[in-house]
Amino acid sequence: MSILYTKPKSLNDSPFTFCPGCTHGIIVQLVASVIDEMGIGGDTICVGCVGCGGYLPWFMATDTICSLHGRAPANATGIKRMQPDKVVFTYQGDGDLASIGTAEIIHAAHRGEKFTTIFVNNTTYGMTGGQMAPTTLPGQKTTTSPYGRDVELCGKPIRMCETLATIDGAKFLERVSVDSPGNVRKAKKAIRRAFECQLAGHGFSMVEILSSCPTNWGKTPLEALERIRTEMIPYYPLGNFKDF
Amino acid sequence: MGFLVTFKQDACKGCELCMAFCAKKLIVADKSVLNKSGIHPAAITDTTRCVGCLNCTLMCPDAVITVEKIEE
Repeated sequence: MSILYTKPKSLNDSPFTFCPGCTHGIIVQLVASVIDEMGIGGDTICVGCVGCGGYLPWFMATDTICSLHGRAPANATGIKRMQPDKVVFTYQGDGDLASIGTAEIIHAAHRGEKFTTIFVNNTTYGMTGGQMAPTTLPGQKTTTSPYGRDVELCGKPIRMCETLATIDGAKFLERVSVDSPGNVRKAKKAIRRAFECQLAGHGFSMVEILSSCPTNWGKTPLEALERIRTEMIPYYPLGNFKDF
Repeated sequence: MGFLVTFKQDACKGCELCMAFCAKKLIVADKSVLNKSGIHPAAITDTTRCVGCLNCTLMCPDAVITVEKIEE
């Protein structure tokens, strides 16, 4: 009898507190699986953010820290510089990374800080009740854009991978999705590659993961995955933007 | 050779993603059980037909499912 899959050892026993069908849970498992497979569980420090991603430190069996809103890259910079032999990663949502923490992430990438960022893009501020984020798609209804995002007023959604790809210090950038088993497998490969980039000491690495938010989108979990395919991927094309 | 698929039913939130992506459509909501969240959790109907594709484990957001390979 051999185990093909069970809950990764890098996660503790507490159940996830995400909403039913939220793909945050899939991404957390992918990160933990990669840490297990690479055998770096004892040397990994996870930097959580504010938002749904801020739950991560409660689930990880590795060392964790929870940072201020948007400031995870600043904390990770300090940790990695003081303990360069550790594997440091931040886990941030789109409200955290693309809005409040834009300055931190851009300058961390610009300095070529040797940590990894897992960026979960679900086009909304999930935890605070579905407000409009910089990544909200044109016309998308949220609690702060009840008539849909007005591009004239708010501009077009920000594409973080493309933005960071212009920066020399960023060495690995890839956008993946978790809308189907095939794409989940690809996401896992990208996360592993990002950790390898950090271990090799090349520089900043980030994986952007298109995720669903069934609760705030007002859809069933399956419909939410369909929306990733039909609405998000056309605007946020999947693929690798930089490889070391 | 076969596969043993077990569910931690108390952790299941009933999102039904495993049912949608099961290659053989073997997973159903177990109407005979109510877990502590008040949800009919996922369960497998016919283990002998499982092909071990792991789609359910990849799509389960709550790490409910364990798949083991039975070697004879």
